Amino acid sequence: MKLIQKNIVPIVFIILCTIGFQYSGLSWIFFANDLMTRLARNSFLVISLIIPVLAGMGLNFGIVLGAMAGQFAAFITVVHNLTGIGGFFAACVMAIPFAILFGWLTGILFNKAKGKEMITGLILGFFANGIYQLVCLIFIGWLIPISNKALLLPSGVGFVNTLDLKIWQYAIDKFYVFRARGIDIPVLKYLNNINIPVLTLTIVVLLCIAVVLLFRTKLGQDFRAVGQNRHIAEIAGIKVDRVRIIAVIFSTVLAAWGQLIFLQNIGNVQVYGSHVQVGTFAVAALLIGGATVSKATIGQALLGTVLFHALFIVSPLAGKNLMGSAQVGEYFRVFIAYGVIGIALALHAWQRLVKKQ
Amino acid sequence: MTATARLEMRNIGKEYYGNRVLKGVSFTLGTGRVLSLVGENGAGKSTLMNILFGMPVIHATGGFDGEIRLDGEKVVIKSPEEAMKLGIGMVHQEFMLLPGFSITENIKLNRETTKSSFLSRLFGKSMKWLDMPAMKHDARESMDAIGLGIDEMLPVKGLPVGHMQFVEIARELDKKNIRLLVLDEPTAVLTENDAEKLLEAMRILTDKGISILFISHRLDEVMKASDKIVVLRDGEQIAETTPSETTIEKIAELMVGRKIESGEMRGRPVSSIRDEYILQIKDLHVAMPGESVKGVTLDVKQGEILGIGGLAGQGKIGIPNGIMGLFPSSGDVLKNGLPVRLNDARFALDNGMAFVSEDRRGTGLLLDDSIEFNIVATATQIQGKYMTQGKIRILDSKGMGKYAQQLIKELDIRCTGPSQLTRRLSGGNQQKVCIARAITLAPNLLFVSEPTRGIDIGAKKLILDHLVKLNRENGLTIIMTSSELAELRSICDRIAIVYQGKLEGILLPADSDRDFGLMMAGEYHKFHEKEAV
Repeated sequence: MKLIQKNIVPIVFIILCTIGFQYSGLSWIFFANDLMTRLARNSFLVISLIIPVLAGMGLNFGIVLGAMAGQFAAFITVVHNLTGIGGFFAACVMAIPFAILFGWLTGILFNKAKGKEMITGLILGFFANGIYQLVCLIFIGWLIPISNKALLLPSGVGFVNTLDLKIWQYAIDKFYVFRARGIDIPVLKYLNNINIPVLTLTIVVLLCIAVVLLFRTKLGQDFRAVGQNRHIAEIAGIKVDRVRIIAVIFSTVLAAWGQLIFLQNIGNVQVYGSHVQVGTFAVAALLIGGATVSKATIGQALLGTVLFHALFIVSPLAGKNLMGSAQVGEYFRVFIAYGVIGIALALHAWQRLVKKQ
Repeated sequence: MTATARLEMRNIGKEYYGNRVLKGVSFTLGTGRVLSLVGENGAGKSTLMNILFGMPVIHATGGFDGEIRLDGEKVVIKSPEEAMKLGIGMVHQEFMLLPGFSITENIKLNRETTKSSFLSRLFGKSMKWLDMPAMKHDARESMDAIGLGIDEMLPVKGLPVGHMQFVEIARELDKKNIRLLVLDEPTAVLTENDAEKLLEAMRILTDKGISILFISHRLDEVMKASDKIVVLRDGEQIAETTPSETTIEKIAELMVGRKIESGEMRGRPVSSIRDEYILQIKDLHVAMPGESVKGVTLDVKQGEILGIGGLAGQGKIGIPNGIMGLFPSSGDVLKNGLPVRLNDARFALDNGMAFVSEDRRGTGLLLDDSIEFNIVATATQIQGKYMTQGKIRILDSKGMGKYAQQLIKELDIRCTGPSQLTRRLSGGNQQKVCIARAITLAPNLLFVSEPTRGIDIGAKKLILDHLVKLNRENGLTIIMTSSELAELRSICDRIAIVYQGKLEGILLPADSDRDFGLMMAGEYHKFHEKEAV
């Protein structure tokens, strides 16, 4: 009973997804393949949220800035025509300095707004979007010369809306695709004919191991100590502000890589839109996995990604079959995404209130 | 005692915003000795410890005067980290333990044993592995040294408070360079049995040559444990003595001993007030964090000024806050013989009770509203005063302004006018506004909590005088809670002392300093039992 109570959020979503799948009329193969693609594409972004949660800074809506860092790196590879898997990893390396800079600035801001990191991060995302647009829309082609005019708007200033990333689309996803055939074991046979992007998943697994190992180091211990109680950590001589900034930098760098993995799967980048929803969607996924504002595990991040995107896949069709309109399912999905964030935050505030008394 | 003292404090002084809180405190503490610091709240003990531990609050407010020597060497301590490096350990009044960590992790917090890893060679120390087995081993050793026999991997969350205190001491002991340990009221939360064990642990520590600075309100422990006793009062060093030269009652007297001329005491003889009770409190419990009340029974006479005193954290502030419905409470309270509905602020206000909160800026005032609105705010809500008559009722700004003018004059609120925002007023004037608002309700029972905290002397006198005037002229019954005993003794008819959430006893203002001191330290009954035998 207690187990159910503890995991009520993921349980509710498993039920929702099951019902949705039934009514969507989708075939298992289509659903499973789509889900696998989305899992490979999005889980990195969700995992990037874990470190700030454990460092006591809540859900880092500021990963939008990490996504921007990734996109800046992607633009550079497009301009210089760096192709293939080499181009993709070049983007990952080039994203690091951007992400460290953005993460550092975010961390400084968070340190000035202790206890209000989430709302600060959310608003910071909007503010950063303004600056991002200023750079991409005004500076590009004016202060930053671009030789390939095809990338620019007709006026010669500012990027076009959509940049093609065909140069390194599927660079890691299709590096090696494994597809099981002829498994004849009762449950496992459902895994037949699913395209598994081996390299991408390997990278995600490596990341998971790295996060687990990080929390076995001195730095990881500092993250946890600061996350539990800043004051006590400070008395113990831990440089709290510094530790918090490092946590945000980690998160931002991971988010930048996550965004690049996302883009290499999509194959193009909406210059002015790809990053906007990154924060809210990743946060919603993490929360659906059963994480809270102060506690999150890798398992929750992965489970949350699966459930959130399963709902993404089934809800438009389920909505169409049930209500006669795909829009209803779409509304439902958006409602769920934001609703779950709202509920999780309210629950957290409530729990804190109870604790105080 | 060795030739050079372990710790020497020379002429330590400290000022907060022009307010002297420490004046020329000097003492020495020998190696392996215990020195006890005793004094009331606000006597300067915490400030002194903050100075010794290099807390940021000291250096953010302009540092301090005097010098500190450790083993004969002059030291400048600018941060807790430096204090720790010098071998100064501190067990804080509130627990400095992380509940989600195991005992081992807490003992080794920020001093974890590490092994180098591949990454640490690249990225430095912070990427080193934690060496859990070694950490466990060290923790076990320190815990065994003070006789704490529980599993070192238990989470701290859920441990009994006694054990937590020992974990803190084990942590300090684990710092191998420790020379001086500060214990800030370590026994306050312990049962007598645990406190006894703690004193034993202290002896184990001093045998190892560690010097201990011991702060406690429990005077019997002070007498038992210390080699030297320093009494502070109002930031001054009143006495330095040893247990063999003094007695508990002498210390109690020294702690409180503020000279009050009998002419300053305006309380009336008990016999002059009739035994008619306006408020009868029976077994009141209030869950106010840090000031919880655990079963107070107290009767308040019609027309008296009753003081409630006691040290901070003992629960005196919880009493008015509980009765007024601001914190969850239970028990039986009768007002004029009729039961009071607890946990209902509206009920209290509707029934002629008013409250001037100790939290002036938080609970007391609407800081971004004008003086006049602050004065009438509660009355408009509760009684509909200063509202226009008719179906739709709005604020009667004319009447409100006029009334405010009158009170500003009466209470001498220094301001630019009734429309000034209360945020801009000084503490004393803010307090006057709070009192004005309480009076506007025309209560017959007024709770005043810490009315003079952080207020200059002039305003203090005016506020106290006004309370007496309200009492004498309007027959208003006043229950005043205050940490300043002198102030209670100057205007109250009777003074109730609260200790550990319970009523310790009721004294008259003219009773001896010794009795007040003993009651506040919870020693009164023990002591008088002994005397009776």
